[in-house]
Amino acid sequence: MAKSNKPIVWGPFAAGGTVTAFVTPALILITLLAALGATPELLRYEHLLAFLRHGLAKAAAVALVFVSLWSAAHRLRITCYDLGVRADGMVATVVYAVALVGTLASAVFLLRL
Amino acid sequence: MAEEMSRKPYVRPMTSEWITRHPRYLRYMAREFSCLFIMGYTLLLVYGLKSLADGPAAYGAFLAALRSPLSIAFHLLALAFAAYHSITWFNLAPKAMPFQRGEEFVPESIVSGAHFAVWGILSLGMLFLAGAF
Amino acid sequence: MDALRVRVWRGAAEGAFQAFEVPRQASQTVLDVVTTIQRVLDPSLAYRFACRVGMCGSCAMTVNGVARWTCRTHVDQVARDGQLEIAPLRNLPVIRDLVADMSPFFDKWARAEGRFRGARTRHDDFERIAPQSAPRRAVDAGIECIGCAVCYASCDVVAQNPEYLGPAALNRAWTLHNDLRDVARRERLRAVAGDAGCHACHTQMGCTERCPKQLTPTASIAGLKRAAAKAWLAGEL
Repeated sequence: MAKSNKPIVWGPFAAGGTVTAFVTPALILITLLAALGATPELLRYEHLLAFLRHGLAKAAAVALVFVSLWSAAHRLRITCYDLGVRADGMVATVVYAVALVGTLASAVFLLRL
Repeated sequence: MAEEMSRKPYVRPMTSEWITRHPRYLRYMAREFSCLFIMGYTLLLVYGLKSLADGPAAYGAFLAALRSPLSIAFHLLALAFAAYHSITWFNLAPKAMPFQRGEEFVPESIVSGAHFAVWGILSLGMLFLAGAF
Repeated sequence: MDALRVRVWRGAAEGAFQAFEVPRQASQTVLDVVTTIQRVLDPSLAYRFACRVGMCGSCAMTVNGVARWTCRTHVDQVARDGQLEIAPLRNLPVIRDLVADMSPFFDKWARAEGRFRGARTRHDDFERIAPQSAPRRAVDAGIECIGCAVCYASCDVVAQNPEYLGPAALNRAWTLHNDLRDVARRERLRAVAGDAGCHACHTQMGCTERCPKQLTPTASIAGLKRAAAKAWLAGEL
């Protein structure tokens, strides 16, 4: 069998699947409250800024963005295959690139805080 | 070896409509499509970080944009799909990673149940710490 | 007693269903139905069976769209309005009628290094494996596979990707991976970690739903994925 990069792309997928299963619904609820006008304390500008200026919070946020985007990207790649898209190399490049660019962008924004 | 056979191999045809053949496939696809919402929502968060870095005015505009009907609709859909991802993930957990204690494997219902309990507590904790109530 | 209307696949990759009427009996199995057709109605029907009691795994067929052991499937369980549709296993070439060619299935078993490779000879003492140890229990969970190919025929990833090794071969590889006496565990992991190996699995769970022995190939494949990730990190792949 041809050598494959699957063992290593699978790791963050499994981690991300677990992390998003545990925290994403609650995160969505928090911003949903803001969307409905009942903005939670944490989402006020000063609060969120103070929270995300903490080094640990920054690291956690980048890690969360990375594993969420990566696991979604990996699943999207597999779903494209299921739906009959056979250009796996191209799909993989695009989706993983989105995940990496998104992660990088979040790191840049956090460092600017 | 299969390659050396003179017989014509039978390859079952698969069309892209296969997902509508059985409810199982639709459930499978719903699980897989949750990735689009998780990806979209995470990118939304990254955009929120950008507005936060750009200062109070930009962040205020971001919060205001969140209140649009489109954003609310997206949040509701994303919440449903994300929760569906969680449910399927936790139901699968004991199958994908059987947990052994002593001689016996821990019953699947207990492994799944523990995941659901942690999920509930963690979600309540996050909402509480965020000051949602 | 009313008759059962049975449609049976005739021919090879190209063919058609042929209709039969088979008398219904109490506690009749699908294999009984096929046997009645062959003995009474049409002796040219080709099918395969051996033990009739769910030990050998040779009588698996597609019954009303679902892969099953015909010997352990009662007509009452599966007949819909007195009708049965019996076809050969999916995802495998058809030799004739209900007989599927198993060679791709066992070729993949071999490609997944599905045989035990020990280092001891009869002059050595036997190796002591504690029956309650974790690897031994993991072996227990997968070793009952009898290679009937029901999981393979139920796997939609195999249907889309004919190169995929499939649930049975990977379950076998995971079983041997946990066999501490085996000396080829690293080669085996290399053989199954890859695009057509364990990472091709999309956890659709068809195999685990359909396995007549209630095994969970899904768990075995997930175990291989974890082992492959660990081996990759250790630079062993």
